[in-house]
Amino acid sequence: MTGGPLPRTVDDSLFTAGGALLGSRCDDCGAHTFPRQGGCPRCTGASMADVPLAREGTLWSFTIQGFRPKTPYRGPDEFEPYGVGYVELPGQLIVEARLTENDPDRLEIGMPVRMEMIPFRTDEAGEPVLTFAFSPVVSA
Amino acid sequence: MTAAAVAIVGIGIHPFGRTEGVSGRAQAVHAARAALADAGLRFGDMQFGFGGSWSAGDPDTLVSELGLTSLPFINVANGCATGGSALLSADAAIRSGTHDLGLVVGFDKHPRGAFNTDPADHGIGAWYGETGLMLTTQFFGLKIQRYLHTHGIGTEVLATIAEKAFRNGALNPNAWRRKEISADEIAAAPMISHPLTQYMYCSPGEGAVAFVVCRADRARDYCENPVYLSGAALRSRRYGSFEVFSPWLAVDAADSPTVDASAAAFAQAGLTPADVDVAQVQDTESGAELMHMAETGLCEHGAQEELIASGATAIGGSLPINTDGGCIANGEPIGASGLRQVYETALQLRGEAGDHQVPGDPRVGFTHVYGAPGISACTVLTR
Repeated sequence: MTGGPLPRTVDDSLFTAGGALLGSRCDDCGAHTFPRQGGCPRCTGASMADVPLAREGTLWSFTIQGFRPKTPYRGPDEFEPYGVGYVELPGQLIVEARLTENDPDRLEIGMPVRMEMIPFRTDEAGEPVLTFAFSPVVSA
Repeated sequence: MTAAAVAIVGIGIHPFGRTEGVSGRAQAVHAARAALADAGLRFGDMQFGFGGSWSAGDPDTLVSELGLTSLPFINVANGCATGGSALLSADAAIRSGTHDLGLVVGFDKHPRGAFNTDPADHGIGAWYGETGLMLTTQFFGLKIQRYLHTHGIGTEVLATIAEKAFRNGALNPNAWRRKEISADEIAAAPMISHPLTQYMYCSPGEGAVAFVVCRADRARDYCENPVYLSGAALRSRRYGSFEVFSPWLAVDAADSPTVDASAAAFAQAGLTPADVDVAQVQDTESGAELMHMAETGLCEHGAQEELIASGATAIGGSLPINTDGGCIANGEPIGASGLRQVYETALQLRGEAGDHQVPGDPRVGFTHVYGAPGISACTVLTR
């Protein structure tokens, strides 16, 4: 990417400059949120600070989206079922995300997963628009 | 049991399903007139109205058809708990002494297909909908997957629950789906959101329900067989509960709003879940019925599989659930859905449910709705 424009994402405010998910942490009680927000949903205070979220976690639940969602969905016209999961990021929160795997037989609650950026759709200029997703970690 | 302050003395319904050429408002008027006739009253006798509809028009405009009497008519909007919230509002209006007698109406008419929701309405960024994460169907798949894993329950029970819904719907002349479907066919239907298939989900639909409600001590003036609203409660979500349209969840789990609303409704009634003779719980899909059975306190977590397999939740069982076919067989017109549960329970307590009447002279009924963005409304009904 050196010298070129940064790739476009579905919403730049979701990410740190380093490409991690950007959440909030409450200075008073330690609760985390994603995306960022100003008020703490646990202690009802308003002292939230930015915090990068972990890139690795464990799969907490999953499903496979079997039909193309209606508007406001903006994925490709040609639909392929996609995995959706909740991923527990230890000590932080459980984040909802697309999964790179769409075969339920290859997904298991508790399995380690890692965040990556994947092309989600193509914009008007033909450039890819990226979103975040989690992939099963393949043990070496 | 605590003495109830509010009674339902008139009940009315417009059949659920698809009624081409009849607007949602017209269905509401039909239900309202039926409820008034049931109580032997006219709209001019009503001191107040509470009405709810998600997408079929403003309820307070029904007065142009029902009668321009200057009564206070308040629109209620609370997602899937819209009908329940209208009934709760009426309960409060009577309980406070402000009014003695009034009308509650819920109606809707939705286009075909799953609901699509604008993330901005929920304070969530557009990316959430654009990337395909904001679907109620998907949430229920994610929630039941986790629930089955946590409680060691197999997926087979999901088809059994839907099979019961269609069986009960076939007995109910006001239901939308009136054809029985076998568990095998349900399990083999197209997968919507793993592990839930097409026939395990309810669909957005149409319908209307209305009630005439009054002070409990005057119920016998209007009705020989009043049903008492012994408990009614609405709760929103706590930090840590797992709710629809959540880009994230807290690691520390908390009870769902169903647990809180149910406990509050039973406490108000001075009754417990063990006293319930017939129950209607939110079955947006069959996994929801499974989870809500335990969250409402009707059984222990993990006990559902045996109860369902043994037929305990069937019309003739020890704990009949969703005796009119539930959302799965009736569809979900948002504004009317929660009130349909109350209508069915009132029919059961009055002994007027016909082919879907539970035997044994039921005396205590329970209703439960759940919906976005993590709310639940429950009632305990008695006679």
